[in-house]
Amino acid sequence: MSDMNEIERETLARTAAAETVAALEEVRVFALGKKGVISERMKTLGAMAPDERKAAGAALNVLKDKIAAAIDAKKQKLEDAALDQRLATEKVDVTLPIAPLPKGRIHPVTQAMEEIVAIFSAMGFDVAEGPDIEDDFHNFTALNFPADHPAREMHDTFFFHPKADGQGGTTRMLLRTHTSPVQIRTMMTRKPPIRIIIPGRTFRCDSDQTHTPMFHQVEGLVIDRSTHMGHLKGTLEAFCKAYFEVDSVKTRFRPHFFPFTEPSAEMDIGYERVGNEIRIGQGAKWMEILGSGMVHPNVLKNCGLDPDEYQGFAFGMGIDRLAMLKYGIPDLRDFFAADARWLEHYGFDPLDQPNLATGLSRS
Amino acid sequence: MKFTLSWLKEHLDTNASLDQIVETMVAVGLEVEHVDDPAERLKEFTIGEVLEAEKHPEADKLRVCKVATKDGVLQIVCGAPNARAGIKVAYAPVGAYVPGIDVTLTKAKIRGVESLGMMCSARELQLGDDHDGIVEAPAASTIGDPVAGWLGANDPVVEFEVTPNRPDTNGVAGVARDLAAAGLGKLITKSPEPVKGGFPCPQKIGLDFPAGAENACPMFAGRLIRGVKNGPSPKWLADRLRAIGLRPISTLVDVTNLLTYDRARPLHVYDADKLKGEIRARLGKNGESFLALDNKTYEVDETMTVIADDNGVLGLGGIIGGEASGCTEETKNVFIEAAYFDPLRTARTGRKCGIHSDARHRFERGVDPDFVAPGLELATRIIIDACGGAPSEILIAGQKPSAAKVIAFPPSEVKRLTGVDVAPEKSESVLTALGFRVSRADPWLVDVPSWRPDIEGKADLVEEVARIVGFAALPAVTLPARMAVETPKLTALQVRRGAARRALAARGLLEAVTWSFTDARAAELFCDGPNWLAAQGLILANPISSDLGSMRPSMLPNLIAALQRNADRGRDDLALFEVAPVYASDRPEGQQTVAGGARLSHPRRHWAKAERAADAFTVKADAIAALDAAGAKIDQAQTTADAPNWYHPGRSGVLRLGPKLVLAHFGEIHPRVLKAMAVEGPVYAFEAFLDAIPPAKAKPTKTKSALDASGLLPVKRDFAFVVDEKVSADALLKAVRGAEKKLIADVSLFDVYQGKGVADGRKSLAVEVTLQPRDRTLTDEEIDAVGKAVVAAVEKATGGTLRS
Repeated sequence: MSDMNEIERETLARTAAAETVAALEEVRVFALGKKGVISERMKTLGAMAPDERKAAGAALNVLKDKIAAAIDAKKQKLEDAALDQRLATEKVDVTLPIAPLPKGRIHPVTQAMEEIVAIFSAMGFDVAEGPDIEDDFHNFTALNFPADHPAREMHDTFFFHPKADGQGGTTRMLLRTHTSPVQIRTMMTRKPPIRIIIPGRTFRCDSDQTHTPMFHQVEGLVIDRSTHMGHLKGTLEAFCKAYFEVDSVKTRFRPHFFPFTEPSAEMDIGYERVGNEIRIGQGAKWMEILGSGMVHPNVLKNCGLDPDEYQGFAFGMGIDRLAMLKYGIPDLRDFFAADARWLEHYGFDPLDQPNLATGLSRS
Repeated sequence: MKFTLSWLKEHLDTNASLDQIVETMVAVGLEVEHVDDPAERLKEFTIGEVLEAEKHPEADKLRVCKVATKDGVLQIVCGAPNARAGIKVAYAPVGAYVPGIDVTLTKAKIRGVESLGMMCSARELQLGDDHDGIVEAPAASTIGDPVAGWLGANDPVVEFEVTPNRPDTNGVAGVARDLAAAGLGKLITKSPEPVKGGFPCPQKIGLDFPAGAENACPMFAGRLIRGVKNGPSPKWLADRLRAIGLRPISTLVDVTNLLTYDRARPLHVYDADKLKGEIRARLGKNGESFLALDNKTYEVDETMTVIADDNGVLGLGGIIGGEASGCTEETKNVFIEAAYFDPLRTARTGRKCGIHSDARHRFERGVDPDFVAPGLELATRIIIDACGGAPSEILIAGQKPSAAKVIAFPPSEVKRLTGVDVAPEKSESVLTALGFRVSRADPWLVDVPSWRPDIEGKADLVEEVARIVGFAALPAVTLPARMAVETPKLTALQVRRGAARRALAARGLLEAVTWSFTDARAAELFCDGPNWLAAQGLILANPISSDLGSMRPSMLPNLIAALQRNADRGRDDLALFEVAPVYASDRPEGQQTVAGGARLSHPRRHWAKAERAADAFTVKADAIAALDAAGAKIDQAQTTADAPNWYHPGRSGVLRLGPKLVLAHFGEIHPRVLKAMAVEGPVYAFEAFLDAIPPAKAKPTKTKSALDASGLLPVKRDFAFVVDEKVSADALLKAVRGAEKKLIADVSLFDVYQGKGVADGRKSLAVEVTLQPRDRTLTDEEIDAVGKAVVAAVEKATGGTLRS
């Protein structure tokens, strides 16, 4: 068996000495190849006596396995070393900055509008809309603004040039001064019960630090047989808590005048100033945030509803202003300037979709 | 509207504090805008007494005073010429804010001498213009007392907003009535005592209106007072007017102003010696004009009520008097006019002439028709008390318009509309306190007082009761839920907008909100021109500024102008979008919602070279993203090259479903348009018409179709075709897809080439076609057959041949 010992010694020595995968392959061919030393010995087995063959075969197989294992182990080692060597050359500077993806943003007015819709949807309000270019009937007359009444002047209306009205006279269209004409359009086409909010663009011929010629309003209207001012208060308080995402909100209703509501009220909310922040809900100061009231009997009549049978409330508030208050945006005029710096700073990630289940806004 | 506390107290007997009064005013609907309480403003200033006043060692004009103050005897250096021992002064301690000079006092050394505080002048305290010396308080004043009381500056001024429905609160008496009703005291307004006239009024008056216009001035009353001595008003009157910001003129004029603010009753006084013949209220005549008291000449017309004598127009009834007949210091005989002018006509006239007078403000809101003669009596009394003179009898032309209104009022209405339980007795007492008369029939019959033209019906009475009881009593009631879980609330169109917005923002565009109007010169570049804008009724008659004169037919002019503004600030790599209305006419159906966007693309250099400059295909992708999110079947859309003329003719297109239905425009904006807008391009833009997307078919369930995922390996084959350069990629792709509908699963165009190897006027388009075997592996023959079908289809549709 010295021959076998010699084969083993030599093969293992050559395996250990192999520096490359190719050299190792040579060793494998030398020992285990078709004409390798092990295979040659295997061929001699046939000529042996059975007992002798059995013993020699077993020994040969042991040797074959031992050599194969040694070659495999060496191969793994060589491959690992080769990979490590390659990887060592594949180094990147991971501190290099990534290619920036442009970040789109949703405008705060859109975000606030969607937040408002989410809240009122949960209270059963549909979302109605109407045209920006209106006629006098829907914007004023049907809303109980008497002709030439000073209340009309408070509205600073944008008018279009007069045109023939098709009946021998002239008419002039205007830009709606509030979202209230959609109340009229709704009540004239739909039977109560009505529960709607009406977000949209509104226009007044006014421009200074706190007024822009275009702004956004959301109107609310509830008409049925039993809704009273207590429901108005309950609804608006619930809205304010949900919108400002606070546990409680201090409110104050004050009598006011609007031609289309009677009784009419303005609602103030309590707030305090902490540093540059306005904290809505508590505090000693009052801020007016909306006008409201019970829909005026004349408005109901103008829409063909009997005010002794139907009743309900309406309210209107500025969406831009609500966004400013909630998100601490200082200047109304910037909303419409399309300044990229402002849009990026105050805008919202498109993935942040207002949802009552997750909380309206990201904390 | 302004009044002082002491003035209010002439009408309201109350012990309420200023704070209570203000709070109650707000609670009943008189929205207080500003309170100036001099006692509060001047609370840091107290009485001091100068004990010694020695010349300053280093300055002739300065004195070093020893002053007894609430803080002990202090040394104060003072430059006032009247600073001398023995006088009582207004002492301001170190730390006090002195409003007239906007300074907070600190310990000072004045020319080396320590000075602890200051003695103030009237101007420094903002109590007048006097700055010749320091204020000298009465000798009887006590050291340490607040100065306000001793200096007569203890009458707070309250300013509040008068809503158009409450003309009665344009007078202090009306404010007092509301406060008394709210339980803040007792209403003590005196009814004017008639002043007996000693002789018939020699100044004749008349009404002269054509039929139908009588209501312009239904009542015109007046009286003459002979032998008055006009001149500066007595101090109480002048002070009162000054306190609310009016300039005293002369007693006769000031009395009319007093009644305007005290009783919301404007009057007019004429110098009777300057009148000629009868004075009449009548309509104006075209061509007439007069010089008014504001020193301006106004043309009148036949829509206006004027007061005229034989010489012509004296003034505009209820708005402004004339210079020629006005009272002066020399006036000896005064004619006082008290009339009732129609609110509507007054409002129209005032607006037409642009006159905002206290009289117009009241007449156009409606003055108390029952207070015409009483107002005249009250004015007479004050004038003869202050100016002497002998009054004539009162002459009245016409008669007072009837204000009688009775409202049938079930008291249950209060609860019905407000949800507040108010006892009927309480409702009755509130209404009575406000001047209503309640007859307890069923329903109640409520007489409306003459000074409340705003009260028309039951709801108005509910408001009266509710506002006096206080809105604080309103319960907060939750609206009853209509169902366990609410249904979706947004319409399909509203959902589209939200989806398009988020899709575009997700592509990196910033959402802008820009005006619905735009510069007409820019607007006309994005439609069929200026005549079209005017014909569609889109030009504003009174724009806020000339560059916002037209409704926008497209949002692109606003977005493109915004790109340039940002570029001017150094931000020239920017994509903006807006999902909002544009206007094709002044009809409701002319308004449609567009998702529009514009890109100015100068990508920042980056080591990874990731950013590619935008081109027509970037905005095509934008439009597709918006449309896809909004639910359009974008895989069925075709692209055509016929975008409107504000786009580059060769680098723009239209996405459409069929020949009529346009989903979007996209492409490079025409360089000429950019030049006209002074914008440095190129700008790429798109307009996706969200309202045009056909509504999705309603499906009975939300079930998706079964997944068709074959277990067999797809086969890919490449084809390069040479076609005429005018052949659209769309046509070729359509031909390839249609060649074998069962097996061809996908076609992608991976190369477009013109140049060497391809003949002039032709181009090479290379596509990769994916074949998806369904039930068994494809044989080479089957694959070849599909290849042949593809080549044949392309040749038939485009004339293209396989590139060799």
